[in-house]
Amino acid sequence: MEFLNGFVALANFVLIPGVAYGSQLALGALGVTLIYGILRFSNFAHGDTMAFGTMCTILVTWGLQGMGVSLGPLPTALLAIPFGILGCAALILFTDRVVYRFYRAQRVKPVIMVIVSMGVMFIYNGVTRFIIGTEDQNFADGERFLIGAREFRTLTGLDEGLAIRTTQGLTVVTAVIVVAVLFWFLNRTRTGKSMRAYSDNEDLALLSGINPERVVMVTWLIVAALATIAGVLYGLDKSFKPFTYFQLLLPIFAAAIVGGLGSPLGAIAGGFVIAFSEVAITYAWKKVLGYWMPESLAPDSLVQLMSTDYKFAVSFVILLIVLLFRPTGLFRGKSV
Amino acid sequence: MSDRLRGALLFGVVALLILGTGIVQSWNSALLILNMGLVSAVMALGVNLQWGFAGLFNVGVMGFVALGGLATVLVSMPPVSAAWSAGAARLFLALALGAACVGLAILVWKRLRRGVRGWIVALVLVAGFFAFREVFDPAVALIEAVDPAATGYLGGLGLPVVLAWPVGGVLAAGVAWLIGKTALGLRSDYLAIATLGIAEIIIAVIKNEDWLARGVKNVIGLPRPVPYEIDLQNDPGFVQSAANLGVDATTASTLYVKLGYGLMFAAVLLILLVLAQLALKSPWGRMMRAIRDNETAARAMGKDVTGRHLQIFVLGSAICGIAGAMMTTLDGQLTPGTYQPLRYTFLIWVMVIVGGSGNNFGAVLGGFLIWFLWVQVEPIGQAVMTFVTAGMADGSWLKDHLRDSVQHMRLLTMGVILLLVLRFSPRGLLPER
Repeated sequence: MEFLNGFVALANFVLIPGVAYGSQLALGALGVTLIYGILRFSNFAHGDTMAFGTMCTILVTWGLQGMGVSLGPLPTALLAIPFGILGCAALILFTDRVVYRFYRAQRVKPVIMVIVSMGVMFIYNGVTRFIIGTEDQNFADGERFLIGAREFRTLTGLDEGLAIRTTQGLTVVTAVIVVAVLFWFLNRTRTGKSMRAYSDNEDLALLSGINPERVVMVTWLIVAALATIAGVLYGLDKSFKPFTYFQLLLPIFAAAIVGGLGSPLGAIAGGFVIAFSEVAITYAWKKVLGYWMPESLAPDSLVQLMSTDYKFAVSFVILLIVLLFRPTGLFRGKSV
Repeated sequence: MSDRLRGALLFGVVALLILGTGIVQSWNSALLILNMGLVSAVMALGVNLQWGFAGLFNVGVMGFVALGGLATVLVSMPPVSAAWSAGAARLFLALALGAACVGLAILVWKRLRRGVRGWIVALVLVAGFFAFREVFDPAVALIEAVDPAATGYLGGLGLPVVLAWPVGGVLAAGVAWLIGKTALGLRSDYLAIATLGIAEIIIAVIKNEDWLARGVKNVIGLPRPVPYEIDLQNDPGFVQSAANLGVDATTASTLYVKLGYGLMFAAVLLILLVLAQLALKSPWGRMMRAIRDNETAARAMGKDVTGRHLQIFVLGSAICGIAGAMMTTLDGQLTPGTYQPLRYTFLIWVMVIVGGSGNNFGAVLGGFLIWFLWVQVEPIGQAVMTFVTAGMADGSWLKDHLRDSVQHMRLLTMGVILLLVLRFSPRGLLPER
């Protein structure tokens, strides 16, 4: 009983939030890693791309809510996601046409591309703030909990409650579907294969008649979809604030690098590594340890390793350790 | 058009812009722009040293600027003796303990053979962490309990505030050395992410460690290197000379104070600019550029690439630290909540790229020009929006929305400027010679 109570507390405060946050990071990191693999630069504008896609989704959600459309227990935002992706894709393709294509043709050094993406970041950031402002926007509706803490307690007779929010369940389910579709696309379809070929060896891919512009376009489309979905899930789970999305850049990059830049599988693993360490290190373990340790050894203090404000430090330290000891990441990404 | 003439012309344009602000708006805002322009120019010089000379991609400028600000508090504020006697000894013991643990871990890593050493190092670090927290937490609680509304921190050394500028540089240099030791030698984008993270961590530490500089409770009322306006207004001699110039005493006192800051900042900028120019023209500067342009060739010539990178990374960060200390002195307060990467890291990068990376004068020019635009885009945007929305019906939501959103024009404009310069004049306004 003691053990079960402890485990439920752990699941409630660490495992479930960790899985949800990890899925969001993984989707974000997948976008970063795809851009890195195909276009060969670290896209600093990714956080703001997520913010823009989410903003489009929120605007459509408000429109749908205004028309009285709803999904019942599920958030209306799910219906709006395709429109958000369309908006985001339009913006990204436009950016590629007027900004990135020029530098691609010149074959500039990757670091110049990074600086260019800095400029794009400023613009996206400005556009998002211009349209929706800087305040918190809460756009989640529908049923709040899949299972509430009180229900769980009466159901199982345990002292500890387990609450699973709809958004958390939704995040995990959506992430699994998106990742499955993405891997099916990359491994089974002709376009997906040509993308992987282009990423592995650009010259050989060109020789075999792969159209680079088409590969790039498909990549941007996928990135738009991934960024919008990741952003909407994060926004549903927490709340939407443009600045928070900009700050997500750090854990997302950490996830992509820890997994190995350019490796989609690595991005997913990296997302979960970062998310779980962040949650575990900033969680106060007193309750769980109180259940698991013998009475005499139960801790008096909170046993919180670091205050929550240091969560960036956690992702960063992991990043640093991986860079120092295994620079290509866990899954052997590109090291060029 | 020769480079020299072009430079003179562009600097003339910036001078005209600032003078124009003085005539159209007010001399106070013109001097404000000038002072922050000087600080921005110093920051841009630091970034230019790293990027323009050596090609190091540092996006952690904000962290070093904040360290400079921290130095201002640590140097100039009077010490809080109650807090010192309450827990300072224990606090420093904890810090020493933490440092000793890290040192021990490094020693173990270097001395032992592969295989077991990873576990031993992990054990040392984990045990050390808990021991550190055991000593550290009570000390922090003791210090923060001392009159938390007014102090609750250790205070500073009570020295003249100008001393904080070099100290800020040294502090930033020390941290930069630590970062450089670990992160340099990685590829350029990894260094970028690493520095981005470091900057966030430095801000997080300053925000949360209240015993250090009161965290988000802010330290206000920092000592000033120039007289206070109110003292000037009460000084009959000053009022008399202001009257002789035909200015009322209040305006005269604010202008006098800002001019004082401006002169001090200009002196610092001038010294650093001369040094940077000398460095650029010296064999050391040529070696740096050689390393930047072709690392492999430079290494083959026997140059210590990693060592030189570390050197210039530390120097550039120190300059950013000096600028940060100057800025906090100008503000008269340390407010960790206001440090944002877009403003303190990426804006400085826009300055360097627009001004001309690799050219010190370009960086300075970019500092002034971009700062001027950053300040003035808002009033200009306001005017444009008033013009655009003039035809719309009053009270329509679009009109209100457009007028309210003017403040966000800044970021948009900076992005557009950066992209335009990168596209049509990739070497900046004053290209490297």
